[in-house]
Amino acid sequence: MKQKDLRLLKNIRINILKLSNKAKSSHIGSSLSIVEILYVLYFKILKKKDRFILSKGHAALSLYCTLFEKKILNKKELYSFGHNGTKLMAHVSHKVKGVEFSTGSLGHGLPVAVGKALFFKSKNLNNKVYVLISDGELNEGSTWESLLFACHHSLDNLIIILDNNKIQSMGPVNNIIKLEPIKKKIQAFGASVFKCNGHKIDKIIKIFNIKNKNKPKFIIADTIKGKGVSFMESNNLWHYKNPDDRQLVKAIKEIKIKYA
Amino acid sequence: MRKIFIKSLIELNKKKNIYLLINDLGFNVVEPFQKKFPKKMYNAGVSEQNMMGMSAGIASEKNHVFAYSIGNFSTFRCAEQIRNDIDYHNLPVTIVSVGSGLGYGNLGYTHHALQDFALMRSFHNILILSPGNNSEVHGALKYIIKNPQPSYLRLDKDENKSEFRNSSAIKPGKIYKIFNGDKKKIILTTGSVQNIAKKLNKNKYSIYSLPIWGKKTKKKTLNELKKYDKIITIEDHFNDAGFGSWVRECFSNTKYKNTIINKYIDQKVINHVGSKSYLMKKFGPKG
Repeated sequence: MKQKDLRLLKNIRINILKLSNKAKSSHIGSSLSIVEILYVLYFKILKKKDRFILSKGHAALSLYCTLFEKKILNKKELYSFGHNGTKLMAHVSHKVKGVEFSTGSLGHGLPVAVGKALFFKSKNLNNKVYVLISDGELNEGSTWESLLFACHHSLDNLIIILDNNKIQSMGPVNNIIKLEPIKKKIQAFGASVFKCNGHKIDKIIKIFNIKNKNKPKFIIADTIKGKGVSFMESNNLWHYKNPDDRQLVKAIKEIKIKYA
Repeated sequence: MRKIFIKSLIELNKKKNIYLLINDLGFNVVEPFQKKFPKKMYNAGVSEQNMMGMSAGIASEKNHVFAYSIGNFSTFRCAEQIRNDIDYHNLPVTIVSVGSGLGYGNLGYTHHALQDFALMRSFHNILILSPGNNSEVHGALKYIIKNPQPSYLRLDKDENKSEFRNSSAIKPGKIYKIFNGDKKKIILTTGSVQNIAKKLNKNKYSIYSLPIWGKKTKKKTLNELKKYDKIITIEDHFNDAGFGSWVRECFSNTKYKNTIINKYIDQKVINHVGSKSYLMKKFGPKG
């Protein structure tokens, strides 16, 4: 990994931790699992004409910290996160600069993305629409409704990324509603399905760059909830908890070593 | 009112950025639009949540979307998509519901639209379009196409027999005269209950229609109504959170002491077999 990539990934993670501590906000695990995906999108893939929807809106903190590194948000704005009377709430909001669509209730982002992709396709425009969904979100019927539609209409300008961190609100995904075999299910719906390590930026970029025709692209990004902090990784507690001052120091120390 | 709706939509689609989405309903109604604008009409299949989410997505790219279905499907089934995706983002989607009130009488409880005003009028940005005759359908569409915004168009299933005049745009919150009678006592309708109002009007009150209303028009409507001593509202909806109670809300916290009487559909679970006319006779507004 290049030095610049490491530095930015480190900064994003440290800001997520600091802001979660400062605002006493939850969903830190979900925010840490998508850092590389958002980084690749914003720094390597998205063009001005493209659209991105964060459907798992509870990971807002991750998007805000990425928008800060991208210089779309300034430090004052970022550090207003969670303060009374400001716009940066814990679920992503379109009232914040650089945010395409507000989400927070799961199962909304994909239908909206499909609408956008359908519009671009109907006008023969080459804008692409990217949407990041969670694995828990595959419990929502509306996600499958829109996937059926996207495949039927051959929306090859639609790229769906699944943050496959395998843990949802109350525990491991497969103990709650079994999703596997995800790849076979999505393929059967008619999408082009790819799988990658969601923390390896070169692998993510490679898959984004594969050309696909007549089918939506569906990327299963295997990730780790709480990625980067040993005591948060794959631990459901961090869907709810925020680090206290002592844990924050420990977590930042780990991140600094890992992304040095 | 479905045919006049489609005819008007085709006629008024001057900017050609109007999309029509259906959820596998509208047989023998929507085809002329599809013929004229084949890349502007999509069948979402039987999936109302997806249809509303997609409508928001298309609308967010500077288009005006009409999302068409039967009353209960385009409202309650996808209420959260309307709330979060359309209303919160203030996107120009007109949710079209066919079969107002007991319009689909024989199809039973699942197809009746008797609580839809209650849901739709609770949203911040949604304007309610509830035309009572063919001219009002055209006039309401003229307004909403010129002023695209989140909106709810509630149509009678049956074709309206009223004479169609090529009407001008209807203004939100404004009342329109249907029958000239008493100067101080009026009957106020919304939607296709104008004939019921005429039948019940034994005392020769004036009859007015309010085709466009909602959260944002309360002040305007209050100004229109405050001069009348007595207002009888008639609707094909339950009383709770319906049109009549909305009119009462227009007067709440004001100095006006006008008499308001609400006539509405009996607040019962209507699970009888019956045509619209049968059910309306049994459960509808009475004198």
